Amino acid sequence: MLVLSGASALFGLFWLFWILGTLVWRGVPALNWAFFTQLPTPPGMVGGGLANAIVGTLLITLVATAIGVPVGLMAGTYLAEFGRQSALGRAVRFVADVMTSAPSIVVGVFVYAVLVQPFHGFSGLAGAVALAIIMIPVVVRTTEEMLRLVPNSLREAALALGAPYWKVVMRVCYRRVFGGLTTGVLLAIARVSGETAPLLFTSLNNPYWSADLTKPMGTLNVTLFNYAMSPYDDWRAKAWAAALLITMGVLCTTIVARVVVSRTQIGRS
Amino acid sequence: MSLTMPPPPLGVAAPAAGPETVQDASSAGRDCDLSGRALRISVRSLNFYYGSQQALKNISLPIVAQEVTAFIGPSGCGKSTLIRCFNRMYDLYRGQRATGEILLDGQNLLDKDVDVAALRARVGMVFQKPTPFPMSIFDNVAFGLGLQEAVPKSLLRERVEQALRRAALWDEVKDKLKHSGMSLSGGQQQRLCIARAIAVEPEVILMDEPASALDPIATARIEELVEELKERYTIVIVTHNMQQAARVAGYTAFLYLGELVEFGETEKLFTTPKQTRTRDYLTGRFG
Repeated sequence: MLVLSGASALFGLFWLFWILGTLVWRGVPALNWAFFTQLPTPPGMVGGGLANAIVGTLLITLVATAIGVPVGLMAGTYLAEFGRQSALGRAVRFVADVMTSAPSIVVGVFVYAVLVQPFHGFSGLAGAVALAIIMIPVVVRTTEEMLRLVPNSLREAALALGAPYWKVVMRVCYRRVFGGLTTGVLLAIARVSGETAPLLFTSLNNPYWSADLTKPMGTLNVTLFNYAMSPYDDWRAKAWAAALLITMGVLCTTIVARVVVSRTQIGRS
Repeated sequence: MSLTMPPPPLGVAAPAAGPETVQDASSAGRDCDLSGRALRISVRSLNFYYGSQQALKNISLPIVAQEVTAFIGPSGCGKSTLIRCFNRMYDLYRGQRATGEILLDGQNLLDKDVDVAALRARVGMVFQKPTPFPMSIFDNVAFGLGLQEAVPKSLLRERVEQALRRAALWDEVKDKLKHSGMSLSGGQQQRLCIARAIAVEPEVILMDEPASALDPIATARIEELVEELKERYTIVIVTHNMQQAARVAGYTAFLYLGELVEFGETEKLFTTPKQTRTRDYLTGRFG
């Protein structure tokens, strides 16, 4: 048993480290100052960087978080605190579960149909909405699960002091599971920052500087997708670097989430 | 929601002149002379249901002001259910309902239009397990203070210190008010919860087996504290520990299977119980 499970664990880790190793080995050489500060070069020309895509990824993820996290938190709060047994609650929970495992490309096509086509144009905002839709169910479910860990005795204690229910939720329940909620949000961000498919149909790509959310916007993921399939060595090298950057971003977010969870109540109780 | 309960008298909880007199609080099973004692609460024909299951049957009983009243009885007898009616805690759960009357200073607190939050500010509660909030010791005690009205910061400090002193916790925590309330020991946590409850200056404090999760020394401290607190507050305490009831309570009610079997002065109830069931319980025949 020990040998088998240990071997399986090593087997899994082996691939993980192979991927990470390859990324570092192929990606690091293309990482330089220009990569972070300059715009892409025209096809075939050597040099330049992906500054616009880095900013684009950050901006789209930020906007997606700004849309997805409040909606997800509130919906999760409804499920755990107000609508535990209600028909609406059960429906929302079921839909959230289905959405969590929905292929992200479907979300991309959906946003294409409701935001891109009617407004005649790809936009960074459409990309952010697509990512937000992927985030919401993740945040909903972690929020609900975290709040369910709050013992009822704590709610009763706060209510017994004459606190209205919403204040009990805001000031006692949220605080009790703050670490868990933060972790959920960070993991949701990590999850969407690796998504490419929903962006292909929504924010498209843009080789120029653009902070205009109503226009197409370059992102690391879509650039990686384009560059990796291009015939130019320099672009392919940059694709490796972009892949390394995305992976490191996800890795850092996840590590921060782990640290947060280990330092707060939920880790202790 | 409008504030339908009159504002609580602050400071010394002087018994408000309600329509209660001892004569009209006639109750089954009561066998003591309450003349000259002011009543804080009178329970009249109270029935309580968990869904279709009846947990309390026609309970009538007085709660004397500035005195400790203990509810004793075997597990499942309804003593916790009864105490949770006094602050409408059962409101939180679907399917739980009460009929009858519980008069607090003359007003039926079971009325639908009673402002439950305002009621709970007047009737505080301490639970079986210590329930410190995930915040600092100071914030724990201050939690209830800002809820009913805005309290200026300077006054807040004063009220927190006063509550901690009355809960006999001040000396132990005065240098670490910013520490988490959850860092305290079990007994300290329970006194913190008592401080939190008295900070809002309630008239009545309900205690649902407040010492059952504590060691004997911490239990003794809580009992001493209850003794002191009755100077200012009316205390109702649920306990399955008969010795504890005998030590702290002036009046004791014995409940069995959802019925009030006997109510009276603690000493009389323990030494000369009128009912056979009380005698059997006290002598350990069942329970």
